[in-house]
Amino acid sequence: MTGATIIFYLLAVMTLVSAVLSVTTRRIFRAAIYLLFSLIGVAGIYFWLDYQFVGAVQIVVYVGGIVVLIIFSIFLTQAAGEKMPRQRTGRSLLAAIVSAAALGLILVEIGRHRFRIPEEQGAPVTVRTIGNQMLSTGEAGYALPFEVISILLLAAMIGCIVIAMRSPAGESEKRDMQAGPDTAEKL
Amino acid sequence: MPSAFTIALIPLLPLLGFVLLGCFGRQVFRKYSGILATTLLFGATIIACFTAYRYFFHEGSGDAGYESLVPLKLTWLQFGEGLSIDMGIMLDPVAVMMLVVVTFVSLMVHIYSLSYMKGEERFPTYFAFLSLFTFSMLGLVISSNIFQLYIFWELVGLSSFLLIGYHYDRPSAVAASKKAFIVTRFADLGFLVGILVLSYFSNSLDFPTLIQRLTDPGSDELKAAVSSSFLGVSALTWGMLLVFMGGAGKSAMFPLHIWLPDAMEGPTPVSALIHAATMVVAGVFLVARLFPVYALSAGLALDVVAVVGAVSALLAAVIACAQTDIKRVLAYSTMSQIGFMMFALGVSGYGESGYTASQFHLFTHALFKALLFLGAGVVIHYVHSNEMRDMGGLRRQLPLTHVAFLIGCLAIAGIPPFAGFFSKEQILEAAHQNNRAIYWTALVTSGLTAFYMFRLYFSVFWNRPTHPGKTHGREGSVAMLLPLVILATAAATAGFIPFGEFVSSDGKPVDLHLQLSSAILPVMAALGGISLAAWFFLRENDRAARAAFAVKGLYRLARNKFYIDEIWLFLTRKIVFGLIGRPAAWFDKYVVDGLVNLTGNSTALLSEKIKTLQSGRLQQYALWFLAGAIGLVVLFIYVWK
Amino acid sequence: MMTPGLYHLLFLSTALFFIGVYGFFNRRNLISLLMSVELILNSVNLNFVAFNKYVWPGRLDGLFFTIFIIAIAAAEAAVAIAIIINLYHTHRSIDVEAAEELKH
Repeated sequence: MTGATIIFYLLAVMTLVSAVLSVTTRRIFRAAIYLLFSLIGVAGIYFWLDYQFVGAVQIVVYVGGIVVLIIFSIFLTQAAGEKMPRQRTGRSLLAAIVSAAALGLILVEIGRHRFRIPEEQGAPVTVRTIGNQMLSTGEAGYALPFEVISILLLAAMIGCIVIAMRSPAGESEKRDMQAGPDTAEKL
Repeated sequence: MPSAFTIALIPLLPLLGFVLLGCFGRQVFRKYSGILATTLLFGATIIACFTAYRYFFHEGSGDAGYESLVPLKLTWLQFGEGLSIDMGIMLDPVAVMMLVVVTFVSLMVHIYSLSYMKGEERFPTYFAFLSLFTFSMLGLVISSNIFQLYIFWELVGLSSFLLIGYHYDRPSAVAASKKAFIVTRFADLGFLVGILVLSYFSNSLDFPTLIQRLTDPGSDELKAAVSSSFLGVSALTWGMLLVFMGGAGKSAMFPLHIWLPDAMEGPTPVSALIHAATMVVAGVFLVARLFPVYALSAGLALDVVAVVGAVSALLAAVIACAQTDIKRVLAYSTMSQIGFMMFALGVSGYGESGYTASQFHLFTHALFKALLFLGAGVVIHYVHSNEMRDMGGLRRQLPLTHVAFLIGCLAIAGIPPFAGFFSKEQILEAAHQNNRAIYWTALVTSGLTAFYMFRLYFSVFWNRPTHPGKTHGREGSVAMLLPLVILATAAATAGFIPFGEFVSSDGKPVDLHLQLSSAILPVMAALGGISLAAWFFLRENDRAARAAFAVKGLYRLARNKFYIDEIWLFLTRKIVFGLIGRPAAWFDKYVVDGLVNLTGNSTALLSEKIKTLQSGRLQQYALWFLAGAIGLVVLFIYVWK
Repeated sequence: MMTPGLYHLLFLSTALFFIGVYGFFNRRNLISLLMSVELILNSVNLNFVAFNKYVWPGRLDGLFFTIFIIAIAAAEAAVAIAIIINLYHTHRSIDVEAAEELKH
């Protein structure tokens, strides 16, 4: 029973429990926080696996970006405080059964499969190696996907702006068209 | 002997008339339709008489008497080895005689109708139907195959239906035509089953083969047919009884006679042709055709024929005494006379005189009954009514008709030297030899026949008119009176034909000599009937009314035709419709239809349920997607390795 | 208990995946749906990393996939939030049942 083992189990428990709570709680803000903890747990696992760079990226992007974004959107849609409505019991039950069945099936299959695990462990991974490999165009180089990802991010940015911008613009147009006694108040 | 084609022309010429008048009568021929039909029929009559001449005097007679010739045989539907429906022509003495009778009487009726039906709007249609009937009847009598006979049998029924319901704007005529068709159709069901039984055992539908196989004592078919029995009666007898059921329906024997009086709704020439002279004797013809089988192999059936005939004869005579519609009296007299023909066949043995007497009576009856009906038609045409109380004292206004009608009445009463005397005499003679009970019944019936016929004659031509209505003026045109003259002459002289020489059940000549001693009794009975009728009806008096009052009950029974119609209605309405029809309808509506509706409804229900899958909710789609994928994975990994 | 190896990690990632799947089927809120999707993506990331560490120790492919998936997940979450806000403006509700234009 080494320390690594204990840490691993602690992190695993934290991840799973937070995930379960995140999907079952009825208050949406709490769900976001539980998600936060779950993602931190995953980041912890990455650190435990000696992949520090990925762990850092996980915390910066996921926890610090995405979860924050989710919390902002919760506030923007004014759904923070109330209890969310529950799903119909039948649907719930069916979803639980299907998920559990699928989980069981996959676990059994994974358990049965013999993975070829080689004996020697590779060199420790540093940021330098990651950086060199990512930007190299030679064998096992990931320069192309890197560029494609940047295009994707650009497209996503523009798309978000357009989607988010349209609705206020539409509303202001509607307001301009309805010239009436209450228009002055709204404006 | 004329060729098969020439003989085939006998029925085909009227058929041509039907086709031409049916298709083009209204537009093209119009008032010449009658002439066309009559001319074609005249041609057929000539050929028929010529064929008869050649058959009886030349080719027909072989060593063993007259034999059946089969000039034409075409195989039509082959069911198995030896079992096939053929279309063919068979000539034997009875068939040839019937050819002559049918064409001759039909010709007389055609000529009569030229004048009687003049001015009718559907004049061409009438002659088309008349030609159809003649074709069917002629085809019936020369059929060589029992199924072919059945086909023409149904055709005759159809023509009768069309002609009875000719005035389709009259509800009574429509009802009468339906009644005739339904009753005869019901009887034909028995006929068909009988045909099937006979063909099953004899493995043939051909008349000569069928008769030979079922009468030859050594044949296997006969042994098989007689040995298998049902309720104590052999299968062959059942078959013959069922065939007789068909014949009884068509010939209006008790209890299937109910359609015949109603059939008088048709025009009078139609009644003369179909319901007096030709169609109604089809049943007699059928029994005569299968007579060897009846006489030699199914004696019980022959006894039934005799009893039914005798009962019908007596019953009809009693009812006729109380009827006031001139055509109904004649209808019941037809039924009575056919009863005579039937029981004459019934009491006869193979080769004996009863068969010949029956056919002789058929021959003479056709002549004088047609005469009586056509004469009645003249009277009806003159006074515009069918009821006897609207007629009376017409002998001065209708002199020719009066004489012709008188000859007809004398003939039917059996007074010598008219035709009816000879034929009825022979029948009574045959009955006397074989079945005393039937003989006495027949004697009483003869007396009654004379009574009611002369009741009719005196009420119409003597007496005083009870309600003098409008009268027409002239007696009638040549076209209406000429057939009367011809038929009267025939009725007066036909008795002298030596029938026994020509027609008999086995082909050999039968000795039909007249014994004066046995002839006295019937003649006296007839004269008694005539005198009684004269006493009641010659002059205007109330003796008839007082006599009717004296036998109130019986009179009322006779007047209401013994309530047989009501009994049939009760049977059909309460029993068949109520106990069989209604449950069957319920079953059909709720069980059969219910099952079909159930299928439809359950499909609709299922589709409603399935419809909810198209909910538009993506989560649900994803759920089912995953479930399906898991299912497939399990299937592929664990079930289909 | 043995040293946690590949199988333990795979167990963890599979469990996380199906927890996310259950949440995806079960939740009525659009944002909750998004959170479940993030869980699913994370489980995939764990999978890649696990295989990279234990089955292909000399290579970095799994790592790169993980990094790219994180990037893509970020972009996708941003767009999704934008759509959710847009939907909120038109329907005044972020209940999944409210958006039923596709319903038969």
